[in-house]
Amino acid sequence: MLLAVEGLHAHYQKSHVLDGVDLTVERGEIVALLGRNGSGRSTLLKAIMGLVVPSAGAVRLGGRDLAGLPAHRIARAGLAYVPEERLVFDNLSVEENLATGQQAGVADAPRWTLDEMYEFFPRLRERRDTKAGYLSGGEQQMLTICRSLLGNPRLIMIDEPTEGLAPKIVEAVTAVIRDIQRRGVGVLLVEQKMTIALKVAERVLIMGRGQIVFEGTPEALRDQPEMRRAWLEVG
Amino acid sequence: MDFVLFSTLNGIIYGLLLFMVSAGLTLIFGMMGIVNFAHASFYMLGAYIAYSLAKLIGFWPAILLAPLLVGLIGVAIERGMLRRVHKHGHAHELLLTFGLAYVFEETVKMLYGNYAVPYSIPADLRFPAFTLSGADYPFYRVFIGLTALVMFALLFWLLRRTRVGIIVRAAVRRPEMVGALGHDVPKVFMGVFGIGAWLAGLAGAISGAFFTTSPNMALELGIIVFVVVVVGGLGSLEGALVASLLIGLLTSFAAGADVALADLGGLVGLGPAMKAIGGIFTVKLATIAASVPILVMLVVLLLRPSGLMGDKT
Ligand SMILES: Nc1ncnc2c1ncn2[C@@H]1O[C@H](COP(=O)(O)OP(=O)(O)OP(=O)(O)O)[C@@H](O)[C@H]1O
Ligand SMILES: [Mg+2]
Repeated sequence: MLLAVEGLHAHYQKSHVLDGVDLTVERGEIVALLGRNGSGRSTLLKAIMGLVVPSAGAVRLGGRDLAGLPAHRIARAGLAYVPEERLVFDNLSVEENLATGQQAGVADAPRWTLDEMYEFFPRLRERRDTKAGYLSGGEQQMLTICRSLLGNPRLIMIDEPTEGLAPKIVEAVTAVIRDIQRRGVGVLLVEQKMTIALKVAERVLIMGRGQIVFEGTPEALRDQPEMRRAWLEVG
Repeated sequence: MDFVLFSTLNGIIYGLLLFMVSAGLTLIFGMMGIVNFAHASFYMLGAYIAYSLAKLIGFWPAILLAPLLVGLIGVAIERGMLRRVHKHGHAHELLLTFGLAYVFEETVKMLYGNYAVPYSIPADLRFPAFTLSGADYPFYRVFIGLTALVMFALLFWLLRRTRVGIIVRAAVRRPEMVGALGHDVPKVFMGVFGIGAWLAGLAGAISGAFFTTSPNMALELGIIVFVVVVVGGLGSLEGALVASLLIGLLTSFAAGADVALADLGGLVGLGPAMKAIGGIFTVKLATIAASVPILVMLVVLLLRPSGLMGDKT
């Protein structure tokens, strides 16, 4: 077991957003996390990363409990996080942005180089000296994924990477996510587009009311339209 | 002609000195957004500590060691005090550091007396760098200016060309994300604060020996350094350098000018009218030299609210 989240709770002031979340991710596995807007998926990633302090529960990475540690210690333990808002450093060039992500990483994690990033996304190489603030949404997405990957994580959490991107770029991004997984990194992917989630993920989780309400293979979810109606579809 | 030449040189050197003190505040206030009213106290502490150390270990070791001690004091203040009140906002920081500036001043008075101490440069450094129309220009003034230039180059290189600098600039923009990439942001900020204090301490240690080392040297500079940072544009080192030079030159010319506004008015035919009104128009410029920085700030803030060089982290 690479990542095991157990009974995780998180609050924003009085509102109880995570109400005992349990999930696991294996080495080299892509797990897709689905759910309606506002169901708490981003909060879950932030709570795992230590950006929102969990009020109870455990976050075990390779057996070691990280819950309650500051984000930089959690990152150094081998977790990487690509936020929904992308959060590129708009005052830095593309290459400087990538430099901020470079870390030694933990011993048993796959290693990544700057050149590999530029091979994933040649567009980033072309724009290496451009300030990240001038990049398109798609380029910013490529940049944040690469920035986090250069920390050589054991597991990477990616929040809605395809949101608002053109189909061509969606394809490039999903191809890279697959490559990441093939090298043995665990991937926890929050994805709004069901078709993509079902295509890339080995396992699918659905979040509803602050808990995991469904866990199964993409096929299992396909066969359960009532599940989709209850927890995913709008209206 | 000599007046212009010497005023220009002195103004540049004074401006460079101002830059050395303000550079730290550009990092601390301009970039990190921490209000530190006690910043000029670091300058004063640098001078006093160097004065005391010089008697024990000699002049050069003292001006190297004193700034390091000041840097450590800065680190202790950031870590032990400012970090705790930062989340409550600028008012808390202002009050805290205002109090600190007061404590530093009183402590210095208690230990060294109310008047200037005889901190001066060693005799073997008192030689002219060059002679201009018969007058000697002291080497030590040039040394102060060169040190400031080296510090500017060093800071610029550190921020722009090194990995540490990249992380600092990223942390200023999005501290949470930098933390999530595995960097200990509070430690980064503590380091930057320490470097800022070190620089101010260095300026004090070096220039205190040439100008005067007295308990009010912090207060005199306290406002001016904020003016430099704001006029230059928050977080811009280049801006701070330009603003320092501007204020240095203007102050130097005003201080040496034996003219009143009415005399300048006379050039455009307003002389008699202005003399008749009296008041501010007949005051000699030299007596208002100290308020020149504030006037510059008012003008710049009215014309260019984001400062000369805007926001460039
Ligand atoms: N910083 C915050 N302060 C207070 N409440 C918040 C904050 N961030 C999110 N929430 C609330 O917490 C709930 C879960 O939000 P979260 O962002 O985790 O949802 P999500 O599943 O990622 O949805 P989406 O990304 O589609 O908006 C929502 O009701 C949201 O309004
Ligand atoms: Mg979200």
